[in-house]
Amino acid sequence: MASNNNSSDRQRIAQQRLSRIAAHLHKHEDGNSGIIAKECKIDATGSPEENKGTVPRKRQEIMKWNGWGYSDSKFLFNKKGQAEFTGKRYRLSGMTLPRLQDWFENTFGASVKHKSPATPVLNASVVPPPRLNEAFVENLKATGIPFSNEAEDRVFRAHGHCLHEIFALREGKKFERVPDMVVWPNCHKDVVKIVELACKHNVCLIPYGGGTSVTSALECPPEETRCIVSLDTSQMNRILWLDENNLVAHVEAGIIGQDLERLLNESGYCSGHEPDSMEFSSLGGWVATRASGMKKNVYGNIEDLVIHIKAVTPRGVIEKSCQGPRTSTGPDIHHFILGSEGTLGVVTEVTMKIRPIPEYQKYGSVVFPNFEAGVACLREVAKQRCAPASIRLMDNKQFHFGHALKPQVSSIFTHFVEGLKKFYITKLKGFDPHQLVVATLLFEGDRERVLQHEKQVYDIAATFGGLAAGEDNGQRGYILTFVIAYLRDLGMDYCVVAESFETSVPWDRVLDLCQNVKERIIRECKERGVQFQPLTSCRVTQTYDSGACIYFYFAFNYRGLADPVHTYEQVEHAAREEILANGGSLSHHHGVGKLRKEWMKDSISNVGVGMLKSVKEYVDPENIFGNRNLL
Amino acid sequence: MSTVCASCLNILVFVTLQQRDPMLKRDGFEDILEERRNSSDLKYALRCYAPVLYKGVTPCKANMLKNIVLQSDQLRYVINQVSQESGEAPDIIQEEASVILEEMAHRLQISTVRFFAFALSKAFKTLFQHVCVNEEGIQRLQQAIQEHPVVLLPSHRSYMDFLLMSYILYTYDLALPVIAAGMDFMGMKFVGEMLRMSGAFFIRRSFGGDKLYWAVFSEYVKTMLRNGFAPIEFFLEGTRSRTCKSLTPKLGLLNIVIEPFFKGEVFDVNLVPISISYERILEESLYARELLGVPKPKESTSGLLKARRILSEDYGSIHVYFGQPVSVRSLAQGKVNRSTYNLFPRHIPRKPMEETQSFVNDTAYRIVRLQEDNMVLKPWVLMASLLLQNLEGMELSVLTEQTVWLRGLALSYAAFLDWPDHAPTAKVVSSSLALHRGLACVSGGRVSLVVGEPLGPVTPEEALFNRAVSVLSCASYRNQVLHVFLRPAMLAVAMHTAASSKKNEVYNCFSFLWDMFSNDFILCPGDTVQDFEEACYLLVKTGAVQMPQQDIVMTDIGQPTLSFFNGLLEPFLQGYQMLLPTLRSEHSVLCVFTGNLRCYEVLSSDMQKNALAALLRMDAVRKVKV
Repeated sequence: MASNNNSSDRQRIAQQRLSRIAAHLHKHEDGNSGIIAKECKIDATGSPEENKGTVPRKRQEIMKWNGWGYSDSKFLFNKKGQAEFTGKRYRLSGMTLPRLQDWFENTFGASVKHKSPATPVLNASVVPPPRLNEAFVENLKATGIPFSNEAEDRVFRAHGHCLHEIFALREGKKFERVPDMVVWPNCHKDVVKIVELACKHNVCLIPYGGGTSVTSALECPPEETRCIVSLDTSQMNRILWLDENNLVAHVEAGIIGQDLERLLNESGYCSGHEPDSMEFSSLGGWVATRASGMKKNVYGNIEDLVIHIKAVTPRGVIEKSCQGPRTSTGPDIHHFILGSEGTLGVVTEVTMKIRPIPEYQKYGSVVFPNFEAGVACLREVAKQRCAPASIRLMDNKQFHFGHALKPQVSSIFTHFVEGLKKFYITKLKGFDPHQLVVATLLFEGDRERVLQHEKQVYDIAATFGGLAAGEDNGQRGYILTFVIAYLRDLGMDYCVVAESFETSVPWDRVLDLCQNVKERIIRECKERGVQFQPLTSCRVTQTYDSGACIYFYFAFNYRGLADPVHTYEQVEHAAREEILANGGSLSHHHGVGKLRKEWMKDSISNVGVGMLKSVKEYVDPENIFGNRNLL
Repeated sequence: MSTVCASCLNILVFVTLQQRDPMLKRDGFEDILEERRNSSDLKYALRCYAPVLYKGVTPCKANMLKNIVLQSDQLRYVINQVSQESGEAPDIIQEEASVILEEMAHRLQISTVRFFAFALSKAFKTLFQHVCVNEEGIQRLQQAIQEHPVVLLPSHRSYMDFLLMSYILYTYDLALPVIAAGMDFMGMKFVGEMLRMSGAFFIRRSFGGDKLYWAVFSEYVKTMLRNGFAPIEFFLEGTRSRTCKSLTPKLGLLNIVIEPFFKGEVFDVNLVPISISYERILEESLYARELLGVPKPKESTSGLLKARRILSEDYGSIHVYFGQPVSVRSLAQGKVNRSTYNLFPRHIPRKPMEETQSFVNDTAYRIVRLQEDNMVLKPWVLMASLLLQNLEGMELSVLTEQTVWLRGLALSYAAFLDWPDHAPTAKVVSSSLALHRGLACVSGGRVSLVVGEPLGPVTPEEALFNRAVSVLSCASYRNQVLHVFLRPAMLAVAMHTAASSKKNEVYNCFSFLWDMFSNDFILCPGDTVQDFEEACYLLVKTGAVQMPQQDIVMTDIGQPTLSFFNGLLEPFLQGYQMLLPTLRSEHSVLCVFTGNLRCYEVLSSDMQKNALAALLRMDAVRKVKV
């Protein structure tokens, strides 16, 4: 029967798809031990079923309390002075990276001898005691919704992944304010109850999704005197139903990216939304911060993907009455919620577009003689609207960074081939190794179309002096973005602080912005007494019709500085001012949080701020959602 | 005025004085002619020349540069616009643009530079005793050139200026600048082309409404700046100052070179003020005649050849001071919001916003003041100031005595005085008189101005003319020291004219003078209060004035200083006074002639022009078409 064939085909494709995702996220594993395949249960009633998400309530059981990601995965320099990546989860896991130490020491003037280790365990004495609202607690108990006021749980939800937050955790600094308790609603109805109780007892709620914020959005306002409750959505992680006719899925907003993708894959679908944080960030978080995924060229950004949003606010539940693909019913109320950063309510359920898993996926890369040529090529690709699922242009520094992550070469033959490639590019083609840049590509679709598409892009690249440089180089670029946060922890073990930030800018200003921001950073570091040359690197990470998204890495060796975090913050502040002066936006996808609030007025005008304020005023007059982000 | 806390201002003024005028930190000089006198000029002209460029860019061939300009979005936009407005095909307009560019562009050639290096070495050694350069300034410049696009902004007193600049940069192995020159040079056969090949590019003196010309011109300059192919050099004053007084700056080119910073096309632009001080200016007597209405000789090659006779004279020394590079980025910090440029495509020409305009204007004035600050003054400058207050002549001993006194005053006001070390004053005075024997002479122990005596019978008009020439020539030396004394001198005049010694009233008079003279002198817009405070501070510091409570009064020992200052500005006051009534009659010359006025300087076309502009600005007169 056709339908049977269909479903078995789908099964097969799903399997392929899974291994592909695993390829750029995780280690190849035939046994598939870490990932449990699960049939999607289409359940229109949305009744709770047993939880099979990756994230447990006690996050600290599998994740670091003072760094990025899984506890079992980290970079370290072993006794032989070689870098290795521990654990079994990723492609790089268990491998030694012979080039990393040299790169690290040369780039930062750092030394593996100068360690700056983190406090190993959380000292309960640095955590302020919870200020509980007894009446609220009593009422909450009656609902049966699980909660906790243990120090570890509260501290875990007191921060995102800004440099200053992680640095403080590592130093074991005393916390000024952390949530007083954590609640784990299991479904939309639970959230409704919690919000009602919070309103009734005047308790401050801070929604918590994946905890990957880099805008100080999760920081508790120190001036908040009410009981602060962290509303952890991680247990709301089911796909409630899947509609193959309309290609949409209705999903609980607490689901994290990898679970969403895994569950959809099992049915032969994908969302295609793959932000670099997708291992940990949640659907609700994406909506609340206007997230962007690496493959937005095919699937769109989060605002293009959502069809319907259900959110609980102090005024009640907000949602639309239909799932029409587009409406003309006044300003789109979704856009009050998209980017609201937890100031208006909690997103509980989202209906989003899904796509069949693409038949074929292929990485690629192109080497350009310099950054200017690369940008010109990306601009042309955008002009012809033929961008592959992902196209990124890494500058020279990032190219070398990527190379530092090459694992030990196993055979003489690969070694030889590598050498030959290098010879070809630098000697025969005359590319300056200190100038050349690489564009990484990811194509998706049916095989024939992908190959055709690939040719089109490589042809354009050739007109800008680009040379195809293989799948491996392309894939390595994407690995870098997934392990970069782990690498930051390694840096912090050796007196190097690092952060990334982003912007979006019209095409004609891309080059100038990149150059000026880098120069500003270098100059500010010098003026503020940073003794070592900072690393400033950028990539054009998304392309649009009229502009691009630029992603910066910035790191420096802080030895000799009294207050490295303060210095870092001053430099980042200056860098943001430079971005704004050069025509860049305040943020492309990280959001505003509390880190960039000061620029909101200039960014959206006084009237704009007034509009947002009046919405907040109506929806949440008592400031129950009191994280004070955005405004 | 009264709303501002006076003591705060005093501190502020003090601080800015220290910043602007770090007298103690001025660099020393090296004579670059010394080596030329001791080694082969030919070898020097042929030596290896390999300057470092901005961020190590490779030098750009003149042709490549033209192509970049012609193909730029900026120019293409204007070409299309002009084509639509005029109905001509874009190709034709494009061709026009190409012709304009051809006429404008420099064609820097190292061989020509070497020729100049050789020829100028010979000429300089004959004309000048020393050509002194502050080498620390050169080092700062070298650093700046590598880091940011650099704009060289020399003062402009002589045709020599830009040849001299290139000569010095060549000597120190620095990147040769491209120089904005007036089109009049191009009229000089052969020489014009030589200048072009040594880095000059030519712009028309006026091209008011010509969009295409402006677009080609500004894009040409910006392209060189953005890419850092070479430092850009131009004269903020726009033309040679015939009076040796700094001219109020022209903003066109400065606007062009600053804009790339505002648009984020470059990280920063460094402006380098350069002060070129001549002990004697080659054009000395020409200028005086020009100011009196004898037309400027047209630049021509034959004229230049005739000017050879100047080779037989001694023109003393030249001092070239390369000032601290000024970062436009730092200057603009907090004054211009660059993000206002975000909402308009960068390649579409647009009138600068008000905020930007006033910033550029302000910057221009500050740079000219920096030029003034580092002008090297010779003893003769002080002597000329004294002689002009005593046109009937002075006893040599009195002149010597007063020169010493004035030297002390000038030094305490941070003048950059080049007074010979260890030489007795009498010697200094006599050697100054010797160098300037064409202007002043000693007879019977009295020093007086030399008045040219033409052969044959002299009409009274001719006599007056000759007298005026000698006064104006002498004034061009006095003018060099004006920037040192200007503010205290205006205060002295204000004290003299104010109805009472109340600070407020004195300030009102000061402010009126400040406003009136702002075409004649370099007074930064909006700085009235600060200048007033600076003047008070200086006069109090030298003991000429006391400020008990809300009064400003002269001290017992203040008389000589204040009366010197009054005398210093008198020609200007009289000139302006004269001009009002004479606007109606056409006989200003007659007034002087008939002895109504002792002030010859009112005959200077420069003063007439400035006074008229001031009166227009202050609504005292208005233009009527007849």
